[in-house]
Amino acid sequence: MDYIEPHAHMISRTMDDYQQMALTGCVALSEPAFWAGWDRQSADSFEDYFRQLTEFEPTRAAQFGIQHYTWLCLNPKEGENRDMARQVLARIPKFLERPNVLGIGEIGLNRNTLREMETLRDHIALAIEHRSMILIHTPHLEDKYKGTKLIIRTLQSFQNLDPKRVMIDHAEEHTIEMIRDNGFRCGLTLYPNTKVSLARAADIIEMHSAEGIYVNSACDWGFSVPVAIPQFIMEMRRRKHSEATIRKVVYENPIAFFSQVPNFNLARASESVPRNLKELVYVD
Amino acid sequence: MGNIDSCCPLPLHRIVDEYFAESRNKLLELAAFFDRLDRACDAADPDGEFRVVALKRAARVLLEPGPQRVKRMALMLSDPTEEPRGYLDRKAAWGAYSGNGEGV
Repeated sequence: MDYIEPHAHMISRTMDDYQQMALTGCVALSEPAFWAGWDRQSADSFEDYFRQLTEFEPTRAAQFGIQHYTWLCLNPKEGENRDMARQVLARIPKFLERPNVLGIGEIGLNRNTLREMETLRDHIALAIEHRSMILIHTPHLEDKYKGTKLIIRTLQSFQNLDPKRVMIDHAEEHTIEMIRDNGFRCGLTLYPNTKVSLARAADIIEMHSAEGIYVNSACDWGFSVPVAIPQFIMEMRRRKHSEATIRKVVYENPIAFFSQVPNFNLARASESVPRNLKELVYVD
Repeated sequence: MGNIDSCCPLPLHRIVDEYFAESRNKLLELAAFFDRLDRACDAADPDGEFRVVALKRAARVLLEPGPQRVKRMALMLSDPTEEPRGYLDRKAAWGAYSGNGEGV
């Protein structure tokens, strides 16, 4: 079954992972800007990162027939650094017109601090100014419930924000209702040790319906599985869910959300000829 | 019968067939974790660790009637406060609420 991976940090992954994703049916993915695992010391680092997300990574993905889209921001893990945030936000607009950019993300909160909230507000304001969609990261573990409430409250404080253009990701059983009841789109992240397992994701969809929900691997440099979506497809088949329901979650719902941005065009993939990575960089 | 609007497509015996072995394993892993705490080389009291206390409290939900045991457990392990932290105490979450929305 063809699928779309809506949340993958591919700069952390190898060509082997791209290959496995392509072999298991991945036709497109989106890569939100992320934390490097340590705090960057210069806004110049982000400029290089944004070039990597908009120039280099799409070329790697195209070698496997996968369309690569991206979201730009300073990740919530670094949101505490207000000076850095201001410098990085000033550099984002010039990248927003690039052909694989879907919007601002993944923004949100990490430890639910006042400074993180200020950085979140600045990102939302930037998204509204540029009519960009938003991808939201919700905090981890004990911070998720409170953080999701704070994020929703902050989003709703902007009068011109359409919740259908906002995806709130990493939802779990205790946050999904507040996300959907307020009209936002909802992402479930399939992780081996935290967030939700394959079985819990299937449970959530059974209990809350497949409307406006997509699943993702959020694969990065930590414990994560780049082929989590095909594993989820197997889990749903194990329970005898219809192919139509599965396809809605792994293919149609991401398309419906991403298609609100003119840059997203799946048809383009079959028209494009993958460029060789060696055009950009020497690879042994 | 549960809520038919949110039912799992499998009948009960098939759910048990499919998920019993892995659920049994997860339960034994939790028991092994508690046993391991008791064997800690410093003989410290596991109940002096707020995360262990929170996990034991949440585990009681397992034997309570449904529905939404996962949601109830997740809420028991969550920070229930409403206002943002005034300062960043640490980069990573603990996994359970420390009892202080300002951090430990």
